[in-house]
Amino acid sequence: MSDNSLLQAMYQSVGINPHTLWAQPDVARIEIHANQVLGVHLVHGLEVDARQLDDGIEARILVTKGTRIAKPIQVCFGMIPDNGVQRIILEIVVEDDARAGVVAHCTFPNARNIRHEMDARLTIGRNAEYAYIERHVHGAEGGVVVIPRSKVRVLEGGRYHTDFELIRGRVGQIDIDIELVGEAHSTSEVAARVSGSGDDRINIREVAHLAGAYARGVLQTSVALRHRAEAMVHNTLRASAPYARGHVDCKEIVQDQAVAKAVPVVEVTHPKAHVTHEAAIGSVDSRQLETLMSRGLSEDEAVDLIIQGLLLKGRSGSQPAGVSYQADVLSVTSS
Amino acid sequence: MTILELKNVTLCLDGKRILNDLSIEFWQGHIHALIGPNGAGKSTTANVIMGLSGYTDFEGDVLYQGRSIKGLTIDQRARLGITLAWQEPARFEGLSVYSFIKAAARNSGDAKVREVLRQVGLDPEKYLSRSVDRTLSGGERKRIELASILAMQPKLVLLDEPDSGIDVEALERIFDALKLLKQQGTTVIMITHSLAVLRHAEHAFLLCCGRLVSKGAVDKIANYFQQRCIPCDHQELKLREAEGLNVG
Repeated sequence: MSDNSLLQAMYQSVGINPHTLWAQPDVARIEIHANQVLGVHLVHGLEVDARQLDDGIEARILVTKGTRIAKPIQVCFGMIPDNGVQRIILEIVVEDDARAGVVAHCTFPNARNIRHEMDARLTIGRNAEYAYIERHVHGAEGGVVVIPRSKVRVLEGGRYHTDFELIRGRVGQIDIDIELVGEAHSTSEVAARVSGSGDDRINIREVAHLAGAYARGVLQTSVALRHRAEAMVHNTLRASAPYARGHVDCKEIVQDQAVAKAVPVVEVTHPKAHVTHEAAIGSVDSRQLETLMSRGLSEDEAVDLIIQGLLLKGRSGSQPAGVSYQADVLSVTSS
Repeated sequence: MTILELKNVTLCLDGKRILNDLSIEFWQGHIHALIGPNGAGKSTTANVIMGLSGYTDFEGDVLYQGRSIKGLTIDQRARLGITLAWQEPARFEGLSVYSFIKAAARNSGDAKVREVLRQVGLDPEKYLSRSVDRTLSGGERKRIELASILAMQPKLVLLDEPDSGIDVEALERIFDALKLLKQQGTTVIMITHSLAVLRHAEHAFLLCCGRLVSKGAVDKIANYFQQRCIPCDHQELKLREAEGLNVG
């Protein structure tokens, strides 16, 4: 396939018309297939330095000091063939007082035997803002292993928001691992929404340390499981500074023979810090189910709608600057 | 014309008789009230009609448009045109008001969703993208429930305690919605122990201890309820039952 055909196929698999994107000069883009950078379009204040690896890409992305990128940067990465390895090593630096949002479309629509690894190190500068939404689209076979690992440091007054979504196609196996440190007056929100079915395996480990005074942090996980899928969620939130505030929220819906486990850990080592947690695992609420069935939905339709609500919950809440959802399609808006 | 008939319905829960040989007929296009003290069996009657889980194993029958619906699931009954608004409507994390109402109005367009929200006094621009969750007040949630029911355009609606937990303004909107349902020719069965709600009905049925004690014009039943039921605490019925008197 030509580079252009690969790009078209990748965008189409995530429901986006690339020509609409390409027609917008003020929207930055980075497009990666396997270990090839197929396209880069930069805007003022955004610098990208990418290097090809045997099995992936190593890249440094910089948003320079004070730059405020109005429209979210569009990142499209994945693989169209049904097998292979893609390893992405990323360093992202958002310098002081800068602001940027990224919408990453990660697609493996034909996967049968694919391994995708992401190792990211992020530094969010003083009073900087960075929002990252990663939306996965997988094929129906589940033949994909996804291992995203991130280490994030949010400096004083910085704001960080990340939202991982995998609700289209089969998960296969996923191991999310994120570690975050929030300094004084920083705000961090980490959300993951995953729908598993078949024999999917989902492991989510989120660890946040609110290390500075008045740091704020929320870890939010929503998982829906069907068939024989299994999920294990570890959320750990530590607060060690005065007036640090945090919350852990984990919700899992299980059906059929699926198995869900959650281990929320909250740790407070300063008398003026405060952390709360909430974890709920169970089947679909019977009152919700009966309400929708009393409007004429079949039991399956009602369950689908309830799960859709749970998994899209993050979308209706706070959204990062410059990024919004319209219906089921990510859209680019001015901030 | 009768649209729904309960025939000698007896239901026991946890060994206790909740409905006791209950027989009632409801007329098409009319607003009915089931009134009675707490524990009279009013909500249980609604749950039996809707076929909710735990309320399907009973003696007797429920006929809808002359046919038994006893073996039908909730959604099958809903597709016949029967629906229920709960006393405390369920909350749905993440589900938007739009999606919730649209689910009930699958054959209608988005304009219908907006129209029904306006009919219950809620601005679509403010509410369509909100979640049907804990951020809504009790009154807002009740009005959205009614909007969903208006969107469904049912033939028979069960409203369980439509006035509970809401303010005066929300109550007025609920009464407005009642008028709309009446105009559409929908049969309404309200479950209540409020005289204010009872006044909006055309016919009333007084229940006590799972039995029909009296039925008829609203004023007559309201007077009976006020003078006899409120101070009675079921004692009169229990005495009459003990004496073997007919309480129908």
